[in-house]
This record gives sequence, structure tokens and C-alpha cells, in this order.
Amino acid sequence: MTRVHYREIEGRSHSYYALLGVLGALILAGLGAAWTMEHQGHAITGMSNRIVWGMPHVFAIFLIVAASGALNVASVASVFGRDAYKPLARLSGLLALTLLAGGLAVLVLDLGRPDRLVVAMTNYNFKSIFAWNIFLYTGFLAVVAVYLLTMFERRMNGYSKRAGLLAFGWRLVLTTGTGSIFGFIVAREAFNSAVLAPQFIAMSLAFGLAVFVLVLLAAYRGRGHSLGDGMLNRLGTLLGIFVAAAFFFVVIYYLTNLYSARQQGMARFFLLDGGIYTALFWAGQVTVGTIAPLVLLFKSGAQRSRQVLTGAAVCVIAGGMAQLYVLIIGGQAFPQLIFPGKEVASSFFDGVVAAYTPSLPEVALGAGGAALALALTALALKLLPFLPQRLADGDADAAPA
Amino acid sequence: MNPDRRQILGWGAAAAAGAVLAPAFRLVELAQARSPQEAASMLTRWGLLIDITKCVDCDECVTACHHENGVTRHGRLETDPQWIRSVKLRDKATGFAQTLPLMCQHCEHPPCVDVCPTGASFKRADGIVLVDKHTCIGCRYCVIACPFGARSFVHETLSDQKADVPRGKGTVESCTMCVQRVDRGETPACVVACNKDGGKAMVFGDLNDPAAEIHRRMHTEPSTQLRADLALDTGVRYQGL
Amino acid sequence: MRYVATLLPLILIVAGLAVAGDIRAQRADAPVIRIEQGGACVAPTAEMRRNHMKMLVHQRDQTVRQGLRDPRFSLKNCVECHASRDTGSVLGKEGFCSSCHAFASVKIDCFECHSALRQGHAAAVPR
Repeated sequence: MTRVHYREIEGRSHSYYALLGVLGALILAGLGAAWTMEHQGHAITGMSNRIVWGMPHVFAIFLIVAASGALNVASVASVFGRDAYKPLARLSGLLALTLLAGGLAVLVLDLGRPDRLVVAMTNYNFKSIFAWNIFLYTGFLAVVAVYLLTMFERRMNGYSKRAGLLAFGWRLVLTTGTGSIFGFIVAREAFNSAVLAPQFIAMSLAFGLAVFVLVLLAAYRGRGHSLGDGMLNRLGTLLGIFVAAAFFFVVIYYLTNLYSARQQGMARFFLLDGGIYTALFWAGQVTVGTIAPLVLLFKSGAQRSRQVLTGAAVCVIAGGMAQLYVLIIGGQAFPQLIFPGKEVASSFFDGVVAAYTPSLPEVALGAGGAALALALTALALKLLPFLPQRLADGDADAAPA
Repeated sequence: MNPDRRQILGWGAAAAAGAVLAPAFRLVELAQARSPQEAASMLTRWGLLIDITKCVDCDECVTACHHENGVTRHGRLETDPQWIRSVKLRDKATGFAQTLPLMCQHCEHPPCVDVCPTGASFKRADGIVLVDKHTCIGCRYCVIACPFGARSFVHETLSDQKADVPRGKGTVESCTMCVQRVDRGETPACVVACNKDGGKAMVFGDLNDPAAEIHRRMHTEPSTQLRADLALDTGVRYQGL
Repeated sequence: MRYVATLLPLILIVAGLAVAGDIRAQRADAPVIRIEQGGACVAPTAEMRRNHMKMLVHQRDQTVRQGLRDPRFSLKNCVECHASRDTGSVLGKEGFCSSCHAFASVKIDCFECHSALRQGHAAAVPR
């Protein structure tokens, strides 16, 4: 029975500092964007009274959904008892924390009154799923921190199964809550669906694992061959399964909407004549986000090169961003059904597809949040022993600790 | 006592009783203008009845509302707040065209109140749906949740607010049914303007008050709610849709 | 010895900032409190000085949520009375509110939304 030794990364190479430099610059840009938005008002962004949630929310929801899914590897180890994944559990927990922190940072900085964060944390309307999410997100940070503690602290190793179970359940509720932010809304045709909650869970598994794989590959790049192909193949297969599962929910969502006369207009909009949204759906979400990863991961059988795995993960992330853009922004752009059976026109853009162009402050803020998540990850990997020293094939099969 | 004196005494008593009791018949009217130290009451439910067959698309209601509430427009239609707007309808099947004013519907079960994370979006006891700007964090979830697109987000710094209508950058706002006027016993600006310069299409009043014109008309004439299928029980009803 | 090398610069920086802050504070203008309107405030001066923030924070919820509009506690009425005769505002260099708040370095949020200008018709205030 080989013990797994965990180690910090060296973190002294040129590429490491260069990475931190780039991420730092992006974070500063994001902070600058938030400062400008707060002082001059959201008029400087591309968001309007019809499209109130824009690029920052696409980034933020992606990060939050990925955070929940990133914990999956640890859950598979602790909750489902698959010991082969145990060595990766620490990195999994770390990514869950940092991705969530990045997403929350974007959400908070985009608020109209970010100075009122204390108000948001002390006044709760418990009928609001958004209020529940505030609890779920902050609670998730605490639960995963405790879970990591049980893994790091030898004396607490015995509790890691229970902590893992709690974290697993918590993230299912959290992702259900995130999907329900949209699913509970009756005011928008594209949102009001119970299928969004399970769809978000499937999306979280896919996005989270894709980010996890990329971070894992990047972290081990400097170490040569200490990361075995066996583990990577397992992760690649899982990624393919999750992508297929997420796509299943998308398919039934559109099939159901196409079936009813009332919803057909909305389904047609996304699938056929929605302009940018249709393009992003077919090219981004379907082709790049679903077909490409599935082809890459399964066409060559079980043995995949690292390039293939990297490519598949990048495709999943790009497709995921496109999916969220289509859902969040397209869902707001499609006109509200206030007067069924009537053509509508007004000075408030009723009855027409609302226009939206992402602006620089919005993209900077969103990218800044993503950079924050990655920077926190890179720093944490240097400060604490998150990564197994060796994850070659032999170790992967035998390791329990 | 001869019958004539009896009669006179009887009329006199009746007149005296009438004079004494007459103020009581005005209590219902007086109840509308409650004193500043009194809280809004659940017994009242403020509402609007709009007969769109009389709406002549004159925009008087829009101008009056934005003037009363200090909503200045910068000519940027996408980000300027709009508390009320004139909507042009055309039936897809028949081509029949109409216009109507659309504002916050002051629902009994408002989705915007359900979704607000801090409880800033709330319904007052007398049915008026408001935003408590002290607690609003500007998340815009209520803007997404409103089935009527009634809410606006303040995208720019404001500097010339009306003293009775505080509003600020970074918060969400919508029609308040001119709560500052209603609390003084007056009528919302849109209704006043419509009745003065417009098509006389709008009636404002207490839906729970049997003596109010709005109550009487809602009970004797047909009217509909927008998106009645959502079971929101709106305080604003339309006739002629 | 190693700790001195790390701590000394730190201490010097903090001391420097404190001195700079002190110098800045000495240049800060003392608050200008000009009561231009005759009569008394809605409560004694000592109580107003100590508690006006509590009164405002407590009262605003009652006004917004319950529609209680007692003119004694209306911010609009405070402004009506306390606005400067020259500028008509409670903000600005010698504004009634901003003068003290700038000196005390306590940021106020009220006038992001509320008008700081006198409108010219105060509601009758029962004393």
C-alpha cells in the first residue's frame, strides 16, 4: 500500500511568475472596471433596462457552476469510495473554493450598490432563491474549507468521508439553487422551466471537470512524467459522459418547448432566427461545446494524448460560455409575452428582440474574476501541499491515502 | 297635539338627525386622506382601472408621471428609466390596433417581491408595490422577474431628484402609484393628466371601498388583468382589451 | 536582529502615515454650523447631535414600509429648515450636513437619492 506524498509546487520558474503577472494584470483591469462602473453608473456598460444581466453574469455563473462541479473528483473519492481519485481530492476542493470566490467577486462588484454588501448579508427575504443562494455559496466555502481540513490534517482524516458527503450534498443543493435562479422566473419564456435545475447540475459536472483537467495538466507540466495516463484517461471518459448528460437536458428542453404552440416562437428564436444567439447555440454550444469534445474524447478509443484531452477541455469551457451567453442574455433579449396574440411596440422595446453588445468594462470584470480564481489557485498550490508528488499509473491503482 | 305640529316636529327631528349624521356619510371619503401619523392600512387596496377604448395615445400620462416623479430622460431609450409607457398593440389575427398605458401592475402576489434577496422590493399594506431604496443592492433580479417589464434600473448618477421622490443610481425603481400623492389624499399624476388633457380613460381608487367609482365599475363592467394566467391578482385592470 | 530589519521599515511607514494624517487633519476646516432659520429643532440640540443618525435610520423604515410620514422626522423637512440661505442646499463647502460630516470623516449616503435642496414649502411641523 503506497502512501501518497503531497507537495507544493516549486513556483519559482519564469513561466509561473509570468502567469501570476498576467493574472494580476487581469485582476487589476477587473477592479478598474468595477470602480468605473460603480462611479459612473452602469450606463457605461452594454447592459440596459431590457438586458440587465450581461457578460459579468455569464462569467460569474460559469465560475460558480464550475466551482460546484470541480468538487466532483473529491466526491467520487470520498462519497463513492473510488480510491483511485483520492490523491486528486485536495486539488478538487481547492478549485471549488477558488472558482467560487472568483464568481462571487464578479457578482458582488457588478451590483448597483456594491457598498451595500453588508445589507445583503444581513437582510434576507427567504422566499427569494437568490437569498438562499447567498447562504448556499458562503456556506459552501465553509463546508469545503472544513473538508479540505479533514484531508490535510492527519488526525482528522477519519472525518473526511462525512465532510465529503456534506460537501457533496451541499453542492447539489447549491447548483439546483443556481439553476433555479432562472427556473423559477415566470416572466421570461426561456427561463421558466424545471429542467434548468438538473441541467445546471449536469453542466457543473462538465465545466468543473474541464477546468480541473486543465489545471491538473498545467500543474504537472513542469514535472515531466509523474502524471500517469491512466488517471487522465479516467478523467477524459468522465468528461465525455458529463458533456453528453448536459446535452441531454438541452435536447429535452428544446423538444418540450417546440411541442407547444405558445413556446414555439421562443424555441424558433434560439434555434433558427435569433441572430447571434442562434450562431452561438449551434457553433458554440453544440459544435464546439458538445460534438467536438465527444469526438475528441471517444474517437480514438480509451487511449488519449494529453493534447486531445486539453483540446476537449478547452472546447467544453468555450461551449459552456456560449451556452450561458445564449441562456442568460438570449433569455432576456427575447421579448416578454405580456399580450398573447398581439404584436407589441413601445418606447421600452416591448415586442422586439432587445439589442446587446458586450462592453469592455463588462468583459474586464468577468475576466478579472476568472483571473482571480486562477491566481488564488496558483498561489495556494505554491503555499500548501495540494498535489500528489507522483500520480503515475501504478500509484493511481494502489493509493488509498 | 294636532297632526300638523306632529308632522313639523317629525320633519324637524328627521332634519336634526340628518344634520347630525351627515358627517358620517363623508367618513369614507375622509378615510382616503389619512393623517401623516397613520400607517397605510390593509383595509385599503389602491388600484387603477383603465378603459383603453378611450386611450387616444396622447402620452399625457407618460409626461405627467415623469414630471411628477422627476424622471428626467436623457434621450437614451435603452438605459433611461421609464415608469410608464404607451404600448401599441395590433392583433395578429385581425389587425385591430389599440394603445394602452403600461406601468407596474401592483400585483397582490408580486414576482418582484418574491425574488428580491434583501426584501427591498415589497408590497405595502395598502397594496402599493414599492422598492425600499435603502435596502436595494441593485442586483436587478426583480427587473428580470417582472412579467410586465415594469422595472427600470438607474444607470446614471442623478442630481435633480424631486424632494418627495428620492431616487438614486444603482437602485431599481418603478411606478409607485404616486405614493407621495396618494398619502396626501390625492390622485396619481397619470390619472389626473388623463382626465384633464387626455382621453379620460383612467380611474384611481380604493378597490375595497364600495362607495368608490372604481369599485362600482369593476363590479358592474367587464375588465381584465394582464397575464391573468399567472394568477398575480393585479391592482391595475384594463377594459377593452 | 532579522525581525528588526523587517519591523523597522514597517514601523517607520506607519508612523509616517500617522504624521501625514495628522497634518492633513490640522488643515481640515472646522465644521460651520449656521442655523439660519429661527425657532427650535424637533428635538433639543444635544439629543440631535447624538441621535440624529438613529432617528433617521429608524424613521426611514417606518416611512417607507408603513407610510408613516410624521413631518417632525421627515428628511425633506430637515432640509427645508437647515439648507443654507445662499446655496439652498445642505451640502457643499459650508453645507449644514456636509460641513460636520466632512470634518468627522463620516460618509453619508442620504443625498445620493434624496434631494439636498430646499423646496420652499415646509410642511407644518407641530412642536
